[in-house]
Amino acid sequence: MTSKGNFRRRLTLYKLMIDPQKLTIQEASELIAEKKISAVELNQSFLERAKKLNAKLNSFITICRDEALKQAKKVDELIAGNQSLNPLAGIPIAFKDLFSTKGIKTTAGSKVLENYAPAYNATVVKKLLDENVICIGKTNLDAWGHGSSGENSDFGPTKNPYDSSKVAGGSSSGSAAAVASAACLASTGTDTGGSIRLPSAFCNLVGLKPTYGLVSRSGIIAMASSLDCIGHLTKTVYDNALVLNTTAGKDFFDSTTQENRVGDYTKNINRGVKNLKIGLPKEYFGNLDKDIKEKTLAAVKTLEKLGAKIEEVSLPHTKYGVATYYIIQPSEVSSNLARYDGIRFGFGREKFGSEAKRRIILGTFTLSSGYYDAYYLKAMKVRRLIKEDFEKAFEKVDVIICPTSPTLPFKIGEKSDDPLKMYLSDIFVVNQNLAGVPSLNVPCGFINGLPLGMQIVGRHFSEELLYQVGYAHEQETKFYERRPEL
Amino acid sequence: MNYEPVIGLEVHIELETKSKMFCRCSADYFTAKPNTHTCPVCLGLPGAMPVANKKAIEYAQKFGIALGCHFLLKSKFDRKNYFYPDLAKGFQISQYEMPFSQRGSLEIVIDDQSKKIGITRAHLEEDTGKLTHAQIKGKKVTLIDFNRSGVPLLEIVSEPDMKSALEAKAYAQKLQQIARYLGVSNADMEEGSMRIEPNVSLRRVSKSQSVKVSKLPDYKVELKNINSFRFAQKAINFEIERQSKLLDKGERVSQETRGWNEKENKTVSQRSKEEAHDYRYFPEPDLPPLGFGSSRKAEITKTIPELPDKKFERFKKQYDINQDDVQILTADKKIADFFEEANEAYRKKDSKKVANWITGELLRRLNEQGKSISEIELLPASLAELLYLIDKGDITQNQAKEVFEQMIITGKGAQLVIKTLGVQQMTQLDLQKLVDKIIAQNNKAVEDYKAGKVASLGFLIGQIQREAKGQADANLAKNLLLEKLKK
Repeated sequence: MTSKGNFRRRLTLYKLMIDPQKLTIQEASELIAEKKISAVELNQSFLERAKKLNAKLNSFITICRDEALKQAKKVDELIAGNQSLNPLAGIPIAFKDLFSTKGIKTTAGSKVLENYAPAYNATVVKKLLDENVICIGKTNLDAWGHGSSGENSDFGPTKNPYDSSKVAGGSSSGSAAAVASAACLASTGTDTGGSIRLPSAFCNLVGLKPTYGLVSRSGIIAMASSLDCIGHLTKTVYDNALVLNTTAGKDFFDSTTQENRVGDYTKNINRGVKNLKIGLPKEYFGNLDKDIKEKTLAAVKTLEKLGAKIEEVSLPHTKYGVATYYIIQPSEVSSNLARYDGIRFGFGREKFGSEAKRRIILGTFTLSSGYYDAYYLKAMKVRRLIKEDFEKAFEKVDVIICPTSPTLPFKIGEKSDDPLKMYLSDIFVVNQNLAGVPSLNVPCGFINGLPLGMQIVGRHFSEELLYQVGYAHEQETKFYERRPEL
Repeated sequence: MNYEPVIGLEVHIELETKSKMFCRCSADYFTAKPNTHTCPVCLGLPGAMPVANKKAIEYAQKFGIALGCHFLLKSKFDRKNYFYPDLAKGFQISQYEMPFSQRGSLEIVIDDQSKKIGITRAHLEEDTGKLTHAQIKGKKVTLIDFNRSGVPLLEIVSEPDMKSALEAKAYAQKLQQIARYLGVSNADMEEGSMRIEPNVSLRRVSKSQSVKVSKLPDYKVELKNINSFRFAQKAINFEIERQSKLLDKGERVSQETRGWNEKENKTVSQRSKEEAHDYRYFPEPDLPPLGFGSSRKAEITKTIPELPDKKFERFKKQYDINQDDVQILTADKKIADFFEEANEAYRKKDSKKVANWITGELLRRLNEQGKSISEIELLPASLAELLYLIDKGDITQNQAKEVFEQMIITGKGAQLVIKTLGVQQMTQLDLQKLVDKIIAQNNKAVEDYKAGKVASLGFLIGQIQREAKGQADANLAKNLLLEKLKK
């Protein structure tokens, strides 16, 4: 590439006074549609950023420059032909490296799959590519999705764009850092026990863990199948809703998916929160860090000012969440990882990291005859109670608001030697997976320059409402505008 | 010491659905080139998810109903976790707690004695890939073919109700017959679409005790590697002998899995109790639990044809055929159907004749050609047509057999075959002339006959037949001859 070309591209963004850091999908989409910028130009500038920033943040395992530009060129041709396209057409997106991408390496963040290139696309990948989204790369993650900080990646930890000495949150660490650092405009993630919401909170992003069954899991490397939810991370609530418009819905290849009844999640996004009943679960605020509590309650206050009614609710089985989760999840993990037995896919079991081994051993134990009843079966019973907690609470209120993380982004290495401490990072995020309810993390401000998030949790398939609440809060606070200094 | 064998059977039957159990790949793996009927699902590629085959579920439930099982309105799939190179995912999707069918029974008959064998359960699962051990460029290798991976398998588990190898064989054969009647599987032992794993143990019975001891032995030996009914019988008998010898010596029989070695005619230890798998069953999270409406059972029952036992009884009552022939006709539903259709078409109410042609000619020819009735195009009505032509005297019995052979090969009707073969019966007038001619030419034989040498008659008939090139009705020829000779 000539320096003249680089200059011209920068000039385009400069001429339009576009700061890629501030750019949203909504805006980029309009620029493309109005032919103010070509998809190739847009993606070239993001690819350049991705490459440059990767040295610092380690967001990507693979950057797909050539494929991305080829796709972008196709989008430009379609636009030149005046085709009406999905608002996501030409938008640079990164896929978490658990999403099967045909012919593009999909490592799961593990050396076991270091050289594995799938023969097929995950349903979500296919849906997005069919709408002419540009895949600019595959993002870093805790190997197999096992982790809350991104440090368990066999390809090195991802760094937080707001403070590179801190973790980006996990397991969708690269997905969060990539969007937060504006290496792309959206990224996909998986959330088994907070893996989208935690990194979203740590990186000042909007992250959706949809209802279990709303988005197809087919083609996405499974962690714990009864808990895995397929979502995405964006800067704004509106952008997030745009992506869900394409990814949601029944998929033949995933028998646990259901028909989506909401056609367009952006349509009623500015409905507001007047008279909406918001519940604050007392179990989540009891021992909460003072500063985090203050910020979360300030956000609630904002919504109250906009007309929402606030009341306290109780989710009495909350405290059993992490224990329940760390029985069910490793049980399923131990079964899902059995196929990586060294016969196919390149490498064998010796390449598993210690966290994967820990979970395989734990899960094998909890499923063993003689222990199954005491562990797995009992955990499934508690899971039922946790689900009922939410059902009861939602008889009283429309949504629940609670913190996403008990701490701010922590230092790289701070918890990595203590798995139990690490597991406790998940204390506020696992119950939603156990219950299957949707949860949206939205930015909730900053403490000492580090972002924090809060969750808006709703009934099954209430994503439209979650977006309305998130949007109302976002319009008042605009925390997303504060981008990291890179 | 006296021992009573305690035998139970685990039978696997591959269901002949178009596609595999959990994906859209063709389930017909037997003749396909290795690894051509595969996809991410049956290859167990990362991220691939199962989608349950509705037809296979229907077939499994149908089989359960046919076995008189309790039909479960709620069911689910479970994961059975174990490692083997032919198991793509490292687990097999099966059914553990809630199979489709439970608690049924099957009646077997041995020496006119019928006996009920309890069915514990029938559940659906998926088949594994197939390993081939080979030598390539001087290196010992194991090849995996995933064409079979994910083919639907029905596992039918019996109660330990059988007391002899013969009973076990009869039970397995009955299951095969039902599978074929239901049209859900060819259940072929050699091809591997039916596999049986007997478990055998012995319990002591003392002659003085008239009270039946019902306690099961505290061990069982599972037998594998059996690919014919004959081997099953042999393996079980070998086990009974092996175990009784051990017990006679006062030794314990250890719980284990043993494989049948057909070359050495014995069972060989494969896996001891200590090495037994802990399958770590848990509900398959990728497949939602199944619920069926209350009308489901009735709907499936409607699709179940008359089963062998009922058909047997009906044939005995309805037709004038001996029991052995009824047995032969009803062994295979397609044969039974063929018989009934041909009989209907014949309209002479001579079911015996129809049955004879089927049990005699048809089955013999099929046997010679190594074909099954479904592989030929012969119509039942064509047999009726042939019988008419015989009755009319158009062709002789012997000619008819020749014609029938061609009909079986070509699938054509009787008239058509007769035309092509140029077969035709001599008219009575022609035959009369021929008889006169033969009498004139064979004075000595005629004299001998008149002198009391009865065998000479056979010689004369033979001469007539030879001259007529088989186109003479032997009976008519004989009668005409006798008439002439009397004069």
